[in-house]
Amino acid sequence: MLNIVVCVKAVPDPKAADRLKIDALTRAVPRLDIPLVINSLDAHALELALQLKRKYTAHITAISMGPPPAGNILRECLALGADQGILLCDPAFAGSDAFATAFTLSRAITRLDGVDLVLCGMASSDSATEWVGPEMAAMLDLPAVTRVSEVLKDDGEEWVVKAEHELGYRLVRVRLPAVLTVTRALNTPTALSFSGILKARSKPIVEWNHATLALPAEAVGSAGSPTRVSDLAAHESHRQAQMLEGSLQEKVDQLLQVLEKAGVF
Amino acid sequence: MVAGEMAVMFVAEPGAQGIARISLQLAGKARQLANRLGSKVGAILLGNGLSTCPGPLIEAGADLVLLGEMDECLASQAEISAPVIVDIVQRYRPEILLVGSTARGRELAPRVAAKLETGLTAHCTGLAINQAGCLEQYIPAYGGMMTILCPDRRPQMATVAEGVFPNPTQDASRMGQVIPIDIPTGLEPRAQTMEIVLEKGEGKVLEAAPFIVAGGAGVGDLDGWLEVAELASLLDAGLGSTRPVVDAGWADFDTMIGQSGKFVNPELYIGIGVSGDLQHMVGLASPRLMIAINNEPKSRIFSQVDIGVVEDCRTFVPALMKAIEERKKDNWP
Repeated sequence: MLNIVVCVKAVPDPKAADRLKIDALTRAVPRLDIPLVINSLDAHALELALQLKRKYTAHITAISMGPPPAGNILRECLALGADQGILLCDPAFAGSDAFATAFTLSRAITRLDGVDLVLCGMASSDSATEWVGPEMAAMLDLPAVTRVSEVLKDDGEEWVVKAEHELGYRLVRVRLPAVLTVTRALNTPTALSFSGILKARSKPIVEWNHATLALPAEAVGSAGSPTRVSDLAAHESHRQAQMLEGSLQEKVDQLLQVLEKAGVF
Repeated sequence: MVAGEMAVMFVAEPGAQGIARISLQLAGKARQLANRLGSKVGAILLGNGLSTCPGPLIEAGADLVLLGEMDECLASQAEISAPVIVDIVQRYRPEILLVGSTARGRELAPRVAAKLETGLTAHCTGLAINQAGCLEQYIPAYGGMMTILCPDRRPQMATVAEGVFPNPTQDASRMGQVIPIDIPTGLEPRAQTMEIVLEKGEGKVLEAAPFIVAGGAGVGDLDGWLEVAELASLLDAGLGSTRPVVDAGWADFDTMIGQSGKFVNPELYIGIGVSGDLQHMVGLASPRLMIAINNEPKSRIFSQVDIGVVEDCRTFVPALMKAIEERKKDNWP
């Protein structure tokens, strides 16, 4: 049986997240009540786990570090077909950078026996560092392949995956256990079903804090994070648009002149 | 070389021909940072048949090139190269270690940072030394710019994408030292790249395109995006996009301009339905002329361009294309 861990992150709904803007005066991002949703790339990682579960026998653990409402996205993972949820929830975890996040997640994963595969989205929509997956791999002493767009061979202990490369793509052979981070090209996540939601009710979500993980509070959260945000500055542009006025056709004609002057024709 | 003298180091890598362009750009930036710190610049280069590579790195700003001859396939596996680089960092104790945001660098850098238990900033769009001598790392976020510091742990690590920093002037009179490094043998990585399949690389075209037409979320749907693509082809321009358009599955990842996509340097940029988010805008070097079409008069894009048109792109783009086709007919009867 494949023992799969999928790391999921609760992020502010991207549809509303562009309201989170640096205030030029306070140099801070005002707190807004934006609902948390599953990071969309992580949904592709979960989908891969669900496909593997349909093909082979597999046990899927969804794990998330976040505030109590992040439990809702774990409930969603269970409704989609994950078998258990682990919520790493502790005020001491607040303010974690990529290193502290990878450290805490990897400590939680070491508490699970015989993990074959750790999956996560290649990045999160609200911080986009891409490091949590490969840093976890280093901490767990596992190989990592990042930006996986297709799994070409998934039987046995040696898999073959297709992953992004700036000149085209890479074909990578990887021996399990391993950490894979995935792109959107990998699959199309399935939608929630009513029967899945009902089944999820009987599945467990456990909550772990820094004491459960036997970690001192100074090793996690902002205290355990090597990096700090030292400043936030609102954007200042040196350009100011000259607006084209008139009817649609007048604007088209004016723009054509602009393009002509710029040497496009 | 005494430990501590080499305050700025970077990881270089071979490209399609000779040294990768990103590595020369890192050499140039590392030189600037080292000048501020009054230190030397060290390059780390692992791979096969690299005897001609140290020259350009030294001409671009490196004082020292640590050269590890090893199988190219092994050099590109983070499991193998990370311990080698960790070892070098522990010996030379640099304050700063820069890595390219390439497929190789993105797997290497986090593995090195995790082992050294230090911070790693992703895809910086600017780097500077502050008054305390620390590395300020700039990342666009929340409609502005975030400054990240790694105050206590060393080295301060950051990845940088190709095109963020300019190609440095190669100075043939610069002198530097090349030191071979020992590579442990008999290593067998658990993840191994078997093949890198080259694709025709529209991206390269985009990076060199003098005109770029880019579509954002405001194009509305796939048909709206296809109209933008048609306009780009009509103008013989490069086709760019923003993250929402890629996320929606309309555009290829290859077209994405911005912090987590491509850095481009066109003369003319036309943004259609683009909101003006900094994550996208930082990908544009400094076009001579910028034009935006957006149906929202208060859109932030209009404070970042030279010419603005308030129109729904679904009506404006077809009308513009029709006019361009007519103009072309007039020019070439």
